[in-house]
Amino acid sequence: MALVGANGSGKSTLAKCLNALLVPTAGRVLVDGLDTRDPHAVWQVRQRVGMVFQNPDNQLVATVVEEDVAFGPENLGLPPAEIRRRVEEALRIVGMWDYRRHAPHLLSGGQKQRVAIAGMLAMRPSCLILDEATAMLDPQGRAEVLQTVDRLTREEGITVVHITHAMEEAAVARRIVVLAGGRVALQGTPAEVFDQPEVLRRLRLTLPPVAVLGRQLRAAGLPLRGSVTTVDQLVDALTALAAARRS
Amino acid sequence: MIEVRDVHHVYLRDSPLEATALRGITLTIGDGERVGLIGPTGSGKSTLVQTLNALIRPTDGTVLVDGEDIFAPQADRRRVRQKVALLFQYAEQQLFEESVARDVAFGPRNLGLPEGEVQARVREALLAVGLDPDRFGPRSPFTLSGGEMRRVALAGVLAMSPRVLILDEPTAGLDPQGKAEFLRLILRLHAERRLTIILISHSMDEIAQVVERVVVLDEGRVVMDGPTRQIFARAEELERLHLGIPQTAQILHRLRARGLPVRTDLLSVEETRAELLRVLRPA
Repeated sequence: MALVGANGSGKSTLAKCLNALLVPTAGRVLVDGLDTRDPHAVWQVRQRVGMVFQNPDNQLVATVVEEDVAFGPENLGLPPAEIRRRVEEALRIVGMWDYRRHAPHLLSGGQKQRVAIAGMLAMRPSCLILDEATAMLDPQGRAEVLQTVDRLTREEGITVVHITHAMEEAAVARRIVVLAGGRVALQGTPAEVFDQPEVLRRLRLTLPPVAVLGRQLRAAGLPLRGSVTTVDQLVDALTALAAARRS
Repeated sequence: MIEVRDVHHVYLRDSPLEATALRGITLTIGDGERVGLIGPTGSGKSTLVQTLNALIRPTDGTVLVDGEDIFAPQADRRRVRQKVALLFQYAEQQLFEESVARDVAFGPRNLGLPEGEVQARVREALLAVGLDPDRFGPRSPFTLSGGEMRRVALAGVLAMSPRVLILDEPTAGLDPQGKAEFLRLILRLHAERRLTIILISHSMDEIAQVVERVVVLDEGRVVMDGPTRQIFARAEELERLHLGIPQTAQILHRLRARGLPVRTDLLSVEETRAELLRVLRPA
């Protein structure tokens, strides 16, 4: 799920409510049935919901990658063999096993964020929240993190909440939730959300260029099939159309 | 005009942490040009722009601003920094004064300008970034939104009346509308003041929208330099450098790879739309 909204719309506050870094002043948040207001449940909630933040340089604590990933499980008091197993599994999932003996500060931004994600995975969470975790990365770093996210949701069955200002990243989520003024203003599939450009503009959001192009082509009379909010989708729809014209 | 001649820079030379950032950069940037500087993390972009306004003295090579060697012993580097202004990443983190007006006034006041001139520059700079001086001037910068704070930081830079404006990831962290507004503001400043614009960004869509020339850095070297259109037409090379191309260009390249006879040197949504309709419109 992608969580989008203007600066100050409440995205980060909501994210912090999801893993009990904040307790809501009214209402409640349940994580697998655990109430975040229950002080006894706090550690279980945080083990289930991991967070990765914006700045890759502020999140790694150890001097060696594998020690950083081991930090969480060690604090759970797990036996050393189990810690080693979890560290290896987590680093393999994010594709950083070969870097296990490297110093985190010498890694690229995307690699650092993948190590931060591995540190969360070693806690065996059911949900990961990326709070603008791609904002400071170069295109390669972004792609690495997004591929990792895709793999986590597809192969590991982990829920990912991706907070982002990059609408082209929101476009690849299964669902987009738009916050405005501390409320859910809009939600749906990317196709449904991007079908309301006026509402989005009022909420200080924009469509990704692909979605703008897709809408304009349809408005000009091209019968494009399905959702056309990502590059892959639009290329497929245009190729299908060209093939249909030829036959 | 800025001329960079065979500039090398090594951080912490002769120490265990020695790191080479620039390996022989030669580059000329003319007055009023809009240049995008792209490259993977660690390619030397931020180091290079800091040599342009004498914040970093390169370990080798020369930088000339309007013909003057800015690292010569007699060079007035304060004047260089006034002429070549740099807006850092997350510049709003550097706001510190109790009011917006005082923060914007900080630079011109340090130039030793008379108070009347300082006030005139503050008003003009705030107007230039779209903030009403009477409304925003007295407010604490810390009560503003992220986008407004960033514009205050830009106003502080503009109040120095620079000729060259270097922007290091100026829209990072802004919401989509805030980004769009900031980019329009940069284009307006360029049009109205003929400022030279040097833009560092990781967003190829942003680069395509703002600049007319792209310089690509990799491992401290200039590996490509040319008109924006021509650079983004070289998709395979950019991909090898782990850089992307704008979304519209991605679509055209992929369609061409699948055999559709489309041009691939187009950048804006409007151009792409027209090209796709030309190729796919029913007969």
